[in-house]
Amino acid sequence: MRTLHIASIALLLIVAFGALFADKVAPASYAYQFREAPNASPSWTHPLGTDDLGRDRFSRTLYGTRISLALAPLAALLSIVLAAMVGGIAGFLGGWPERVAMAATDLFLCLPWLFLLLMVRSLLPLNAAPLTSVLITFLTLGLLGWAAAARVICTEAREFRISDVLLQARATGQHGWRLLAVQFVPKLRPVLLAQFLISIPVFILSEANLGILGMGVAEPLPSWGSLLRELDSLSSFAGEWWKLVPLGLLVMVVTSFQVLLSREDVAL
Amino acid sequence: MNKLAAVVALLVAMSSRGWTQSGELRLCLRAEPKTLNPMQVLDEPSETIRYLTGGVLLRVNRVTQQVEPELATSWRVSKDGRSISFKLRDHVFFSDGTPFTSADVDYTVKQMMDPAMHSPTGDAFRSGSGEVVTHIISPTEVTITFPAPVAGVDRQFDQVAIMSATSPKKELAVLGPFYLADRKSGAYVLLNRNPNYWKKDAMGRQLPYLSSVRLDVQPNRDIETLKLRRGEIDLINSIDAEFYDKLRGTSPQLVHDAGPSLDTEQMWFNQVAKAPIPDYKKAWFRSTAFRRAVSQAINRADLCRIAFLGRATPAVGPISPANKFWFDSKLVTPRYDPDSALRLLQSDGFHQQDGALVDRTGNPVEFSIITNAGNKYRERMATMIQQDLAKIGVKVNVVTLDFPSLIERMSQTFQYEAVLLGLTNVDWDPNGQMNVWLSTSENHQWNPKESAPETQWEAELDRLVREQAQSMDLKKRKRCFDRVQEIVYEQLPFIYLVNKNALSAYSTSLTGVSPSILRPQTYWNVEMISKQ
Repeated sequence: MRTLHIASIALLLIVAFGALFADKVAPASYAYQFREAPNASPSWTHPLGTDDLGRDRFSRTLYGTRISLALAPLAALLSIVLAAMVGGIAGFLGGWPERVAMAATDLFLCLPWLFLLLMVRSLLPLNAAPLTSVLITFLTLGLLGWAAAARVICTEAREFRISDVLLQARATGQHGWRLLAVQFVPKLRPVLLAQFLISIPVFILSEANLGILGMGVAEPLPSWGSLLRELDSLSSFAGEWWKLVPLGLLVMVVTSFQVLLSREDVAL
Repeated sequence: MNKLAAVVALLVAMSSRGWTQSGELRLCLRAEPKTLNPMQVLDEPSETIRYLTGGVLLRVNRVTQQVEPELATSWRVSKDGRSISFKLRDHVFFSDGTPFTSADVDYTVKQMMDPAMHSPTGDAFRSGSGEVVTHIISPTEVTITFPAPVAGVDRQFDQVAIMSATSPKKELAVLGPFYLADRKSGAYVLLNRNPNYWKKDAMGRQLPYLSSVRLDVQPNRDIETLKLRRGEIDLINSIDAEFYDKLRGTSPQLVHDAGPSLDTEQMWFNQVAKAPIPDYKKAWFRSTAFRRAVSQAINRADLCRIAFLGRATPAVGPISPANKFWFDSKLVTPRYDPDSALRLLQSDGFHQQDGALVDRTGNPVEFSIITNAGNKYRERMATMIQQDLAKIGVKVNVVTLDFPSLIERMSQTFQYEAVLLGLTNVDWDPNGQMNVWLSTSENHQWNPKESAPETQWEAELDRLVREQAQSMDLKKRKRCFDRVQEIVYEQLPFIYLVNKNALSAYSTSLTGVSPSILRPQTYWNVEMISKQ
């Protein structure tokens, strides 16, 4: 198991390095269309071939990784902060605030998030730069993705509220912010970390889903979602393994996060 | 001896063309048909059912482009173009045995023009205010009079499937080669040979050759292609360039490229005066020089070669070069020339500043192109245009939207700068495009519903399309429409990009298939198709 953890960390580091130094590593611009060589097979010039417009797939994978890997954790952080505020406060206070907060959470979970995302995307200003649009996309994902985590955090906070630990802390004179800082937050930290790590692949996949629908990151900026659009049918990649590389990368990164999650200190 | 030789020759001929009356033609519908009422057809699956089952008075031959008699043996259009008289075929019966008479034509016209029915088929005949009147002269003679002249009126009857006035089966009693035998929602539609079909082949044999047509509902194009390769279906009526290419790689004998179709892909700028976009952008979009420069800076040959994998032709204007009669042969494909585009822009007050194009007041030239999400050909074209225009310093943002949002922006809120979309043409006759060119029309997309033409050239377009619509003189109509094409070529309200090729695929077990660029491309002569 330890080997698997190390391998996962190593893989994430390699991927992060590639994404971080994409400017140095990429053989070409992610946007430039080599129109004389669309759909080219792998070569020294284009290690993963070119896409249907002649853009270097390796470069696009590197830049796409940068975008997906940088922004998914940010979206995850935003959603966990929201979830901690709603779930944590509701669970800690109990009573009607908890009931209201959980009813709101249930309502949020019932919303068809995909349609919400489509609606938000369609309301964006048309001349938003691709980078702005991708930031807004992930921001929206973060704002919409807190509800499931809030339920888990609320349960954990409720357990703390009725636990002997809280009674003892109050008996020793801890109240207000001190009680929150010394007792409550440390108690919630493992669950917050676990929820944060769970959310990252969820947001990567959500962006990929939007990308598959053509509503993800605006052209010509790449993301894993837009790269996965090449695989929209079986015949589109039959006999062309190199087109599967972005998918393989996504699977490996998501798996690595899951492996890291299985560590006891972050497990629920 | 001679008689014996003739009989042997006939038998050989019959066997060599695989003549049989027992084959089943199988193909896919990409969605469930929304209606079986021929007057209510709007979607393609319903149109397929209508085409295969409906009997029409006149039929446009999809290859020769000529109007041919079907249930009418002859017809005559009055000089003023306001009425058409038909002499009907005698001893013809609907699929349920009900006789066909001029009363059925009267009933069909009444159904079609009934305002309560909202029949899309009837729209083509609504030439003016007033009623369409049918005058029954005898059981085999009928005259239909319209309130105003209808251009190309005889061709419009290609879409009018005659309904029975007396059959208890209503629209299920048909005069076409097949009738609806079975249907399972979401799964299939089965059509059987109409035993009362009136048509016979040159050798006097009862048509259609096929005994049935099975239409499987299958929205997935991958599966549809796989089914064709496996022999589970016999044809794909219209296939896109990517699947065509893949199929050509594995089964080249199955695919057919009929050349440029009548459909166009084009982009246009928002020229609506009240549109919520900055005034300086409105000024660019309303400048002919700006539109012309953008057109010159787009590499159409690359769009065809890369976005459509070589299965498209650079477009010239609203009429495809495949439409030999109506295409204005004086027009040539716009030349890709970014240098000339830049010079044109400079003459219009634009200049380059640090590689970016700016207008005379210093605003950088940047606009967005919206297109419908999920259409990979349009997304590719938009991305290629983005790179082409970057060469002259224009920044383009490509935005893909779901279709309802796109339509709302285009036709209601006008919150857009440029659109990339396509137009499907179902007929050779450009009269069907009237609703695009008339300045008062909702489909006058660059500036819909103008109370009065806002430019001189739009006023001229209005005059020309009205003039051609009211004329029965084909030469005069052609002259008018040539001028329409020339104005559009000069003013570029639409920047035409490509004409997609008409691509289809069909099994080698079928004989009699004669692919056309007009819908339905492969089975337009279904009664003459046989299966070995």
